[in-house]
Amino acid sequence: MLGLITAVLCILSVPSAIVFSKTSELSKAAIESCSDAVQLAVCLAGTMALWGGLMRIAQKAGITAAFEKLLSPLTHKLFKECDGETMKNISMNLTANMLGISNAATPLGIAAVKGMSRSGGRYTKRNIAMLTVLNTASIQLIPTTVGALRARYGAESPFDITLPVLAVSLISAVGGCMMVYAVSLRGRKRCG
Amino acid sequence: MRVSDIFIPAVITFILLAGVVKEVDIAQEFMLGAKENLVTVFEILPSLILLMTAVGMFSASGAVDLIAGILSPMTQFLGFPKECVGLAVIRPMSGSGALCTLEDTLSKVSPDSYAGRVASVIMGSTETTIYTISVYFSAIKQRAYAAVFAGACFADLCGFVFSALIVRLYF
Repeated sequence: MLGLITAVLCILSVPSAIVFSKTSELSKAAIESCSDAVQLAVCLAGTMALWGGLMRIAQKAGITAAFEKLLSPLTHKLFKECDGETMKNISMNLTANMLGISNAATPLGIAAVKGMSRSGGRYTKRNIAMLTVLNTASIQLIPTTVGALRARYGAESPFDITLPVLAVSLISAVGGCMMVYAVSLRGRKRCG
Repeated sequence: MRVSDIFIPAVITFILLAGVVKEVDIAQEFMLGAKENLVTVFEILPSLILLMTAVGMFSASGAVDLIAGILSPMTQFLGFPKECVGLAVIRPMSGSGALCTLEDTLSKVSPDSYAGRVASVIMGSTETTIYTISVYFSAIKQRAYAAVFAGACFADLCGFVFSALIVRLYF
């Protein structure tokens, strides 16, 4: 599916570049964006390694266990049959997302889905889908990037969108989770 | 000094302080955690290259405008601001592309206008969905399946629709 999406994007871009006479931009983009990906990975490597190291210290110091306990009413409902380590990673992933530290959230989420896929079991697919969807819903307490941009373009109070942003991301997270439930329920019935 | 500027250093200090208090071997644990994540970055790099090349070609070709043009009769009918259609198309694919589009929108319409606010709320309340899915599933070396795409796409759709709706109700 992901391969199909990338293929469709590439294939669509050729006729559209011809129509808009942007073929030189297109060939430039094709050559340059692959190097951009490597550049991004190098930048990511720095911050992800920093947060990976810090999170490991946080784990040994018992901070992650505290957050796991705090979020457990929610996480134990959404995620079934996960081991303790994975639950801690999920909790820290969600916390980092809420605080807007996405570079810390990504490796924690990856560690969590790795744990889920290792352990196997009935709910593995649903758990992985659930965490992915929660991460794509971007539940953030304060939208710092958008606020800064609004300030630069002269918004009267740049952060007046904070509550609507939170409301919309909560709605879309709930909607996405319900969809995951519905699709995995149907999938299980089909399997017998 | 803004609160957001001190936030990251405060988190780092808090974690290190807790490590010192609980007598954690800080250097050793840090290196183990950092190494694990470095390995992860290079595991996801191949799929990152494929995805970013496709997204780069797509945004450079002007296909966003093409799709926005096709969608606009429907979005107009639903009361979705026409300035935000392009943003909704590019947002699930490219974070930097979406940021450029938002900047472009805010420079054309006032950030305090309806369209400016809807664009801001879309940017804040949704994520680069395709990128996130690609990262997670290349890390576990699995193919993403129907439940993931259905959930993520539905969440995005909710995000766009409710951005327009809630901005209208809230302001």
